[in-house]
Amino acid sequence: MSNRVNDFAFKIATANGTGSASANGLIMQTIFRMGIPVTGKNLFPSNIQGLPTWYEIRVSKDGYTARTPVFDLVLALNAATYAKDVAEVRSGGWLVYDSTWPLDPKLIRDDVTYVGVPLAQMCGESFKGVRERILMKNIAYAGALAALIGMDPEIIRGLTLEKYSKKPALVDSNQKAVALGYDYIKANFDCPLPIRLEPMDETKDSILIDGNTAAALGCVYAGATVGAWYPITPSTSMMEGFKGFCTRYRRDPETKKNRYAIIQAEDELSAIGMVIGASWAGARAFTPTSGPGISLMNEFIGLAYYAEVPAVVFDVQRTGPSTGMPTRTQQGDIMLCAYASHGDTKHICIYPCDPREAFEFAVAAFDLAERYQTPVFVLTDLDIGMNDWMIPKLTWNDAYRPDRGKVLSAEELEAAKSFYRYLDVDGDGIPQRSLPGVHPKGAFFTRGSGHNKLGGYTEDGDEYQEVLDRIARKVDGAKDAVPAPIIKRTAGAKVGIVTVGGCHAACAEAVDTLIAEGTPVDYMRVRGFPFNDEVVEFLNSHETNFIVEQNRDGQLRSLLTLETNVPKSKLESVRYYSGFPMSAHHVLSGVSSKMAVNA
Amino acid sequence: MSYIAKPKVHHPALKPNAIGLTRRDYEGAITTLCAGCGHDSITAAIIQAFWELDIEPYKVAKLSGIGCSSKTPAYFLREAHGFNSVHGRMPSISTGAGAANGDLIMIGVSGDGDSLSIGLGQLSHAIRRNVNLLYVLENNGVYGLTKGQFSASADPGSTSKKGETNTMAAIDSVLLALTLGATFVARSFSGDKEQLVPILKAGLKHSGFAFIDVISPCVTFNDHEGSTKAYAYTREHQIPIVQADYVPHRDEITTAYDPGAVQTVTLHDGSSVNLRKIAEDYDPTDRDRAYSFIRDHQARGEVCTGLLYIDPTSSDMMEQNDVVPAPLYNLPYENLCPGSTELEKLQARYR
Ligand SMILES: Cc1ncc(C[n+]2csc(CCOP(=O)(O)OP(=O)(O)O)c2C)c(N)n1
Ligand code: SF4
Ligand SMILES: [Mg+2]
Repeated sequence: MSNRVNDFAFKIATANGTGSASANGLIMQTIFRMGIPVTGKNLFPSNIQGLPTWYEIRVSKDGYTARTPVFDLVLALNAATYAKDVAEVRSGGWLVYDSTWPLDPKLIRDDVTYVGVPLAQMCGESFKGVRERILMKNIAYAGALAALIGMDPEIIRGLTLEKYSKKPALVDSNQKAVALGYDYIKANFDCPLPIRLEPMDETKDSILIDGNTAAALGCVYAGATVGAWYPITPSTSMMEGFKGFCTRYRRDPETKKNRYAIIQAEDELSAIGMVIGASWAGARAFTPTSGPGISLMNEFIGLAYYAEVPAVVFDVQRTGPSTGMPTRTQQGDIMLCAYASHGDTKHICIYPCDPREAFEFAVAAFDLAERYQTPVFVLTDLDIGMNDWMIPKLTWNDAYRPDRGKVLSAEELEAAKSFYRYLDVDGDGIPQRSLPGVHPKGAFFTRGSGHNKLGGYTEDGDEYQEVLDRIARKVDGAKDAVPAPIIKRTAGAKVGIVTVGGCHAACAEAVDTLIAEGTPVDYMRVRGFPFNDEVVEFLNSHETNFIVEQNRDGQLRSLLTLETNVPKSKLESVRYYSGFPMSAHHVLSGVSSKMAVNA
Repeated sequence: MSYIAKPKVHHPALKPNAIGLTRRDYEGAITTLCAGCGHDSITAAIIQAFWELDIEPYKVAKLSGIGCSSKTPAYFLREAHGFNSVHGRMPSISTGAGAANGDLIMIGVSGDGDSLSIGLGQLSHAIRRNVNLLYVLENNGVYGLTKGQFSASADPGSTSKKGETNTMAAIDSVLLALTLGATFVARSFSGDKEQLVPILKAGLKHSGFAFIDVISPCVTFNDHEGSTKAYAYTREHQIPIVQADYVPHRDEITTAYDPGAVQTVTLHDGSSVNLRKIAEDYDPTDRDRAYSFIRDHQARGEVCTGLLYIDPTSSDMMEQNDVVPAPLYNLPYENLCPGSTELEKLQARYR
């Protein structure tokens, strides 16, 4: 078969807890530094050691970053999943295995080329100690792969030197392990294979980063000073990231004291309470969590909505309901976040599609929360949050200043004739705010019980309704302040493809494919709720819109039907919710099956 | 209850404190609680304590959960921000507010339902964190606002107004607080202002979580015979162990007491508390002995009151986390944002 240069995918099957992450990272980074667009997806179990884990790497000269379901090569290093892994190699592809032990003849396919490397045996002979042997076996497979697909050995060497600059012994053992795999392949097989790498120049303005790290960095740049959290996969690394950045950037240069407070709460009820308390007192505060955490926060979210206290909540979505599959991805909280809590509520939600937007939207979330004095949800997912994505470098405008909203200073309060917390003085539904401890005239009683526009307790129906209606107007007003949808129109398109968040990668690729195959389609990615007019116009301008999302019940579609005047009949649902990231193929097959029915 | 400027004319008979404010300036809205409710007496003691300490009301944040007790922050310090949050969750709101603005003088008011059932977790963890907060648990043994169900502080054998007997063990908040490492633990009685006001003052000056359980009879649902939280019962069974006198400055310590019976502890800011001990062998700085002393007396049906335990070396949550002394909410943005050059530099890490 012909060569497939810089356009293929492979998969590494191991057991978790064996230290394969550093080898997989090494492979990703080497390809990236060769200037070739690359993405990695870590499919891992909810377990600490011993269960199957896969790392999928896609090399795409065209820069596609979605997951692909077709694997040209599989490195099958976990005997427990051999059968499944062998079955996943495409016809004509390659299977790399550890030939220290013979392969079960039942696993032999005649349309696949088998590449046996005695990894365990070589590492057993070259390294001492069980732990080192296991760890170096991973590096050795990276070496073998380097020879097979043509990774640049100089770059690998450079990366090892950087990584272990302070531990020379580790440089030596890593180099030795790489060489074991590399030299064995060179000596025994024809390589590189037809699926191979050739240097490009497509990554110099990009970085490889995960969304949790990027969102954490966004919180630092936004000037957040209080973070409260309760650990939950897949959001945990966000607070770890925030802590890391704060240690670097938020120490008073003289006293070395912290310009931030991170509080590990006893549960998510408490975490959101701390965020509300801190925001009430004027700090930029946030909490990262996932679906189960949002469920617990519901009562407090209603308080923040009704008492009009800012709060920034990151929901790194995972598979529900209940504990579901905690290490798998989904967009299952779209409805939950939009209407969280009892009574009439509606919340500002923003939906980043990748780590770059996670960084930018983190900043936007604080501005929105303070401007509109209400909870704001940033919905990412496990795939965005925990996987390394290739994204254009993050940039920062030094002219940025936080939008603290209508917070009155001591001077303003002093000069004011009167101050009423819930009075719509500007006609935009957004009242003025005061912070505790600033000025006696700013004092008011924050409460979740009925209150009138002057801030007084009330059980009067009209007074209650007046405030509730104003809050609705206020939040609806945010539709023009949330990030606008990204719309791409194509001449002759009759149908629209619509999606949200992390499905973007798959949808963008599917749209390109459809257009290339002669089916023009328009594309829209929704980025914020409440929906702005552009969203409605786009939907109304097509007879059929395919709403692509990752949940069983078509939650984005539900929200669009509830919150726009678009007839339901114009909204077809395309869903994929197995817990793995979506690929273009899911979009294409969903769209084409519905098109066939509609034709 | 937003601010309405009121004429600053005071009754000449009202005595001003050092900052020129009278007790009236520390009041709030008119109470809506039942006449005779213990909670109202505690409100009066709180007003007195703030007035005596010459605290500017606007520097205070008043926080509460939900319940009759939790309504009371509306009835004192009208010039202070209040936050009547959700049931049992005032500790987390306070923790966040304290993190954002360490200069706030925080008082939290809660009930036995709010603190010991729905909010037991948050209370426990706020104690562990040593949040800088005066926490007043207004303990009446029942859920007042939902009309008289037993709370977790109801003693076994006590009866409800309807005649039911509580069979479950009580959660004793003082013993709990001692177990969890609270750095200031007190118990008092709403009917004993003499004792309560100085404890509140000491609690406000304590650096960290100052916990005070105040027995506060619910006249409507739990003041009958058979209740161990009734006025009559408490008057009869209360034994004052340690009377606390708050002394603003070290140099003002008087020698009026019999030295053997007085223990002086110095607080963070140099002020001090004189502890007059009724029981000579009691040491309010010895956690373990305080615990067993209180337990022994409890077994005899006696309710020990006073400032029962204090750790004068206490450092609060923010100190423990090494946070800058300036309030976080007000730090200049320039000191928080690393800027574009640093962002460019940082990203070498992700290549
Ligand atoms: C989540 C929730 N559950 C139940 C209630 C109903 N509720 C209001 S006050 C209260 C009990 C209050 O008892 P306590 O804290 O002892 O206060 P008291 O009225 O006795 O002063 C309950 C159960 C509520 N407000 N919120
Ligand atoms: S019901 Fe009980 S606790 Fe509530 S106000 Fe009346 S007396 Fe006080
Ligand atoms: Mg009660």
